[in-house]
Formats: sequence, C-alpha cells, structure tokens
Amino acid sequence: MTTQHRADGGTDGGGSPWERVPAKVHEDLWEALRQGDEYTASGVVLDAVDAGVSVEDVLLGLIAPVQERIGAEWAANRITVAQEHTATAVNERVMAALAHHPAYRPPPPHRGRITVACVDGEWHSLPARLVAEVLRRRGWDVGFLGAHVPTPHLVADLHASAPRAVALSCSMPRHLPTAHRVVAACQAAGFPVLAGGRAFGPDGRHARTLGADGWAPNAQGAAEVLESGLAGSLPRPAHRPVDDLPHLADQEYSTVTRARQRLVRETLAALEDRFPPMRAYDDVQRERTAEDVAHVVDHLAAALYVDDDELFTSFVSWTADVLTTRGVPAESLDPTLDLLAAHLPDATPRAHRVLAAGRTALTTGLRPRPTAT
Amino acid sequence: MFDGGASRTAPFPVLTADPMGVLATLNAAAAALLPRAAAGVPMREAAPSWLVKAHERACRTSAASDDPKPPACGPVGDRWFTALAVFTDDGGVSWWLTDETARHRAERRLAEERRVGTVLNEVSGALLATLNPERCMELTARLAAEHLADAAVVVSPVLGRGLPVAVCGPDGVTTHQVLRADPEAVPDLDEALRGRLPSPATIALDPSVLPSWAVPEALAGPVTRASLTPLPGQGVPAGALLLLDTGASDGADDARPGPDFARLFATRAGAALSAARLHAEQAAITATLMRNLLPPDLSTVHGVEYAGVYRPSGASERVGGDFYDVHPGPGPQDETLVVLGDVCGKGLEAAVLTGKIRNTLQALLPLSGDHQRLLGLLNDALLAPDNPRFVTLALASVVRDGPLVRLRVTSAGHMPPVVVRRSGEVEEVPTRGTLVGAFRSISSTTAEVVLRPGETCVLFTDGITEARGGPLGDDMFGQGRLSAALRRCAGMPVDALVDHVHMLAADWLGGGDHDDIAVVAVGAPYRSASEEGPAA
Repeated sequence: MTTQHRADGGTDGGGSPWERVPAKVHEDLWEALRQGDEYTASGVVLDAVDAGVSVEDVLLGLIAPVQERIGAEWAANRITVAQEHTATAVNERVMAALAHHPAYRPPPPHRGRITVACVDGEWHSLPARLVAEVLRRRGWDVGFLGAHVPTPHLVADLHASAPRAVALSCSMPRHLPTAHRVVAACQAAGFPVLAGGRAFGPDGRHARTLGADGWAPNAQGAAEVLESGLAGSLPRPAHRPVDDLPHLADQEYSTVTRARQRLVRETLAALEDRFPPMRAYDDVQRERTAEDVAHVVDHLAAALYVDDDELFTSFVSWTADVLTTRGVPAESLDPTLDLLAAHLPDATPRAHRVLAAGRTALTTGLRPRPTAT
Repeated sequence: MFDGGASRTAPFPVLTADPMGVLATLNAAAAALLPRAAAGVPMREAAPSWLVKAHERACRTSAASDDPKPPACGPVGDRWFTALAVFTDDGGVSWWLTDETARHRAERRLAEERRVGTVLNEVSGALLATLNPERCMELTARLAAEHLADAAVVVSPVLGRGLPVAVCGPDGVTTHQVLRADPEAVPDLDEALRGRLPSPATIALDPSVLPSWAVPEALAGPVTRASLTPLPGQGVPAGALLLLDTGASDGADDARPGPDFARLFATRAGAALSAARLHAEQAAITATLMRNLLPPDLSTVHGVEYAGVYRPSGASERVGGDFYDVHPGPGPQDETLVVLGDVCGKGLEAAVLTGKIRNTLQALLPLSGDHQRLLGLLNDALLAPDNPRFVTLALASVVRDGPLVRLRVTSAGHMPPVVVRRSGEVEEVPTRGTLVGAFRSISSTTAEVVLRPGETCVLFTDGITEARGGPLGDDMFGQGRLSAALRRCAGMPVDALVDHVHMLAADWLGGGDHDDIAVVAVGAPYRSASEEGPAA
C-alpha cells in the first residue's frame, strides 16, 4: 500500500481535473452517494488520493462533477429529494473527512484571509465549500460561514476578521436581489466581493450587473482571481440599489414583489377554470401548485431586478422539464403565465414583456420534447 | 501697423510683435509691466514664456481662420494676466493684456476648497465605513499617502508588547504589522501616542533619524521631509501619522492641499480609528459573554449520531430563547442526556435565562437517571419570585445497545419529539408533562423509544411548527407538514435531516418574521463501523 502524494496543487500534464480522475472512481462514488453510504464514499475518495490523484483534482474533478450529477439525477426524477439531500450531505462529509485526514491536510496559511459565505436564503453550500477547500489548499486562511448566512452576521464577521475579500456564493437566481444587498453591504464596509455560483449566469453577467468586484466560473477560477489580487477599492458608501441598476427606477420590481401574495392567490383561484385537471387535486397537490406559482413570481421579480428576460425563460423551460419528468402536466404553466400577466398591477410593461418571453419559450420548448423515459 | 492711436494711451498693457516674434511697438503700460521690452527686442527676451508661446501659436494659425482665439493667460511677476490677440495687417499680433489677479486668486481658492471638500468627503466616507481597527489604520495610511505625502505611516498606541504600524508607499501598497519596535525610536512619537504632546499640531522631524520600519521600500529616493501629526481620539489618543516626502513630487501641478487639510484629515482619521477600536473592544466583550450561550456543535457521541440547528428570531441576533445541549455520559454504557428547551420570550433576556437553565441542568446531571426528579429540582430553582419566566423542555437519555439506540424521552410542556422510522413512518413519542418554572408542583410521563439503524428521533421547538408563511403568505407550517416532510427523510443522515427541516421552515417563512428555531436529531447509525461498538 505505497502512497504517492503529488505536491499540493500539482497537476501532471494538461487536461481538466475531471480527466485526471478515472471513470470507475466516479461511478463508485456516485453509487455510494446514491445509497447514502458514507463509509464507502469516504473510502472511494481516500483510495483515489492514495492512488496518486491530487486532493485538488479530487475536489474539482470528482466531488464537484458528482455533485452536478446528483442535481441532474434529481431533475430527471431518478432520485428523490431526500436522496438528493442525503447524497449531498454525504458528499460534504466526504469533503470534510478529506480535509481532516492528517495526510492531506492543507498547508499552513501564508496568503491572507478570505471569507466564504452563501447569500441569505441560499442552501446550496457545497459549491462554496469546494471554493473554501481549494483556497485552503492554496494557502489562504479561509473563514467558511456556510449556507444561508444572515447578512448582519456576515458584516459583523467581516468587521471582526477583516479578510482580503469575500467569496460570495449564490446558486438560485431568485436570490439575486438579496445577493445585491449583500454585495453592497460588503463593499460599504470596505471589503471587495468575488461572486460565484450558478445564479450569476454562465458568463457571470449578473455579477457585473450587481457590481461585484470579480466573478469566477468555478473554484479554480476563484483561486486564480484572488491570487492575481482582487482590486480592493475604497469602501463604497452605502447606496441605493437603483444607483447600480437604473432600470429599477420604474418600480416594477418592488410592485411585483409587494403584490406577490395577491398574485399567487388570484392566479391559483383562476387556474382551476383554465386548467380543469386541477379541480381533482388534493391539498398536497394544490400546495405544490401554489409553490410553483410562487416560484414563478419570484423568478419574474428576479428577472425584473437584473433586467434579464433570459433568467425567467430558462427558469420556465427548466420547470417545464422537471414537471414533465414527474408526470405532472406542464400544460398548466402557460395558463399560469397568462393569468399572472392578467393580474399584474398596472403600468408594468417590463413584467408583461418577461412573461410573454416565458410563454414563447414554453411553446418553442414544449412541442418537440420527446416523452420522458 | 500700430499707429499709436487709442492703444498708446489705453489703460491696458498693449504690445505688438511681428510674425518672427520681434516686438514692434508697446504702450507705456506694457513698458511699465515688462521692463526689458522695447521695439526691436525679441519677445522671448522680454515677455513671459506663456505669452511667447501664445504668439507663436497665433502666428501659425494666422488670421486665416475666423475662429475666435481663446485668450492666453499666465503670471507676470506676482500678478496674473489674460492676453487677447488682435491681428495686424502684416501678419503680426497685437496683444491686449488685462490684469485678472484678483479673479484668478478667487478662482484658485474656490477650486482648492472644492478639491479639499471632495477629498475630505471621500476620506470621511471611507474611514467611517471601516469598523476593523487594522483595516482602518491601513486605510488611513493609504489615504494619507494618496493626498498628503509620498508615503505615510500610521502608528497605534502600543498593544501589549507590540507596536501596530500601517505603512503605505507611493505605489498605494499598504502593509499592517505589529512590530517589536520601540516608539522612542522616532522623536516625539511616544509622546504623541500617549497624548502628551503640548500641541496637537504637526511637528517637523529630522528624516535622518527615522527607523527602517517607518520608510517604505517603494519610495523613489531618500526622505527629505518628514512630519509627525498626532491623531486625536475620543478621550485617548488614537495614534500618530508620519508623513514622508522625497521631494520627487514637489512643484507638481496638483499641489497638495495645505496644512489646514492635514489637520482636518488627522481629526477625521483619529475619530474613525477610535470608533473602530471601541467597536472591536465591544465586539470582543460580546463574543466572550456570548460564548456560553451559543448552541454547541454536535457530532457522534458513544456510537450515536447527533446534529442540531439553531436560528434566533432576529436576523442580527446570535442567541435567543431556544437552546439545546448534549451531555455525553461518562462512558459508552452510560446514558447521554439531550436537552432541548424554549424559554418564553425572545432575544438577549431570554438567552440569559437559557444560560442559567443550562448551567442548572449541568449541575443536576448526576440525577438525570430520573427525569421527573431532575425537572422537579429545576422547577424549584426557577420558582424564584424575581423570575417571571418559564421554560418548556424535551429531555432524552440516550444509550447505544448493539445496533440499536435506546432512549427515555420526557416532555415538560414541550411538543413531543417524533421518531422517523426506516419505513418512513413518523411517530409522535407518547410523553406529556407540565412546563417548568410556573407551578409549584409539576408532573410528566417518560416514554421509551428504540431506534433501529437509520432511524432518528427529532426534538424541535415551536419555531418550526408555528412558522407563518408558505406560498400564500399566511399559513402556519404546522405539525402535519413537518410530519410529511420527515416521512420523506427516512434514512437520512442526522445532519442532512436537521438541515432539511431548517431549510423547509426557512423557505416557508420566506424571509418573514419568525420565532427562535431549534432542532436536534438523535440517530442510530445506518451502518455500524466495528470500532464504534458501544462495548469497545
């Protein structure tokens, strides 16, 4: 059982971390996570490191893609929500086990402090934890605050620990308005913000919109941005969201947000007429439908906030997919959007435009879809 | 040509030069202003250079273009003139000069005031935002190096045995260090840091005596000028500011703001530094006092898995009226006591009472074999006349028995814990009891529970079940939804389970107001590793 450890961060040859991890290891870890079997999962990962895969490659080329797969399998209805949560929890524990294993402990920090946190309301902590682990391995002193960090706690922590930068993670686009408040709060206290996570868009466009000091597509990218020195500007005096986002002056975001409850109620009530199968729904199904409508309103609000129709259309298409794979008729989505438009408060041209774009995406996306297997 | 008409007696200096720049004529006012000027003398020998340049420029563009020429302006001696060009027939230019000294001075003063105002505004905004003393020192040094000198050093009063120093060079790179250095190395520095300087004004220093730590490497050359300015704090001195200049940027157009500005800067920086230090001290005190009120981190104890989540009601609060503890038994064969409770009320006052209750329970641990007796003693302790508050509790004594986990569970006025079976069934533990701290005599029943591998017992407070929100905005989460959610959690690891419940409740609340939330899960490990056996 000879063990050969590569130097930290050492990467042999070219290729992505993913290519440096054997496919069988992927399958073994996935199978263990699916079973919720922590012992086997830890064994798979530690064996891979023993076999010479660097810890960073294990984080980025094994744990990260397997986590993607967990989400994809859930979306495809091949695992349940509980299985998804279990698999994610085990994956996080595996990461913790890796970090605490004496042989793979990161070097003592020599770079400076970085605070890693998820936006308030954001529960997907694994991407942030990956960033935290990669930064630790590259010599940063990392404060990992985890998922769902209340903004006042984050700001208090910044004043206490004075990091070089904040790495802020946000996965769900509907949290972008909150993310904007967090970015502004960090900058007002004088700390530059590196944004990351799916919510900011594949090209990081929403990170720019919200005025983040930097953006990275993944943990490796985050490490590179921080190593090149994230420009720390002077503290930015507290300012209003509309100073960054002039389109908010039309008040559509706040109008829709304020009308959220009413919109959900009225849409739900009217949906029964437009979508007869709903009359046979039981309470649980009704509540799911109400949650779906509320999600649509939240994404409409987020799309208005960052002024990006695509945020909404991709959410609607994704929801249609998820519903279809679960045997729930996605045909209820189009009338939902139509009814929402009918019940929107007056003088909301942008919201009407976003809803219309959503309906177009549904008609172009729904027709050619093959039946779920 | 110059005919000696009106211009000869004009009250303005007027001089005419040919296209080659040789003076042709000048009036008496011009002769008085430019003593070396005379007909036939090249302009560059007699007139200020700005006027010579303006003449060359004017002759190049010549009268051909009809564009009005902007007037030239510049100093003559200690006065300031504007020169207007009038083209002559032979291609020369006649310059009419007006004395604008007073207006020019007023404009310069206004611009200077505006610049100082802008900079001061920026400086104050930046400094006030920073509540971290180290960062505030760095920022002060950086702003001083940007606006006041080539390099700046901020020194804080000695902390313990170290001297905190922030240094910023002309490149804007700032470093903060705590040095093993003696402030006596810089003349008057120690006095400034102790607030013993007779005057709060800036003192000039001999650059040759500066220690190496006070001179950033990025400086272009040796320091030629150095000064020390005390930073006044609130009651106590906030520190001192060393300004260093190499003379490299002397005479630059954007001359530095005057000494008034340095004084204002020092006042603002001192106020910001002392505010940051005060905040840091208060935060440290709060953290120390709060430490014992925070919920503990839970993990595996004697082969049984524990996990908890805790969320106080206020977004900016760390503690509240809910609490939990896991007191490990002395050995693997002994029972571990799990306590989860809810003091009536929220916020810090409720949290202080949770601290008392947790301490009391810790002292009563040897009696935890008998839940009724334990609760009775706690009840007596809480019945003091000065304590108007009461508490509801759920207790569980837990021990591993081979692959099983056995619990004795008691509710004292609290919601009964629930058990999540492998099958997905969710059972309420049949225990009832009186709340603690309100009545002279209390009673309760204890129920026994056996968990098979992968099964979990969940203790929770009403912050979960009474969470108001949901898609329609005003529904209570309720026991039914909690049970339905837990049914889907069958076989989940305990930490995933508590996170899942916390997430459902928080999503249900959707950012709305809520009560304190606490959840503890006790789990029988799904798969037993041999080294974790209870009878090791």
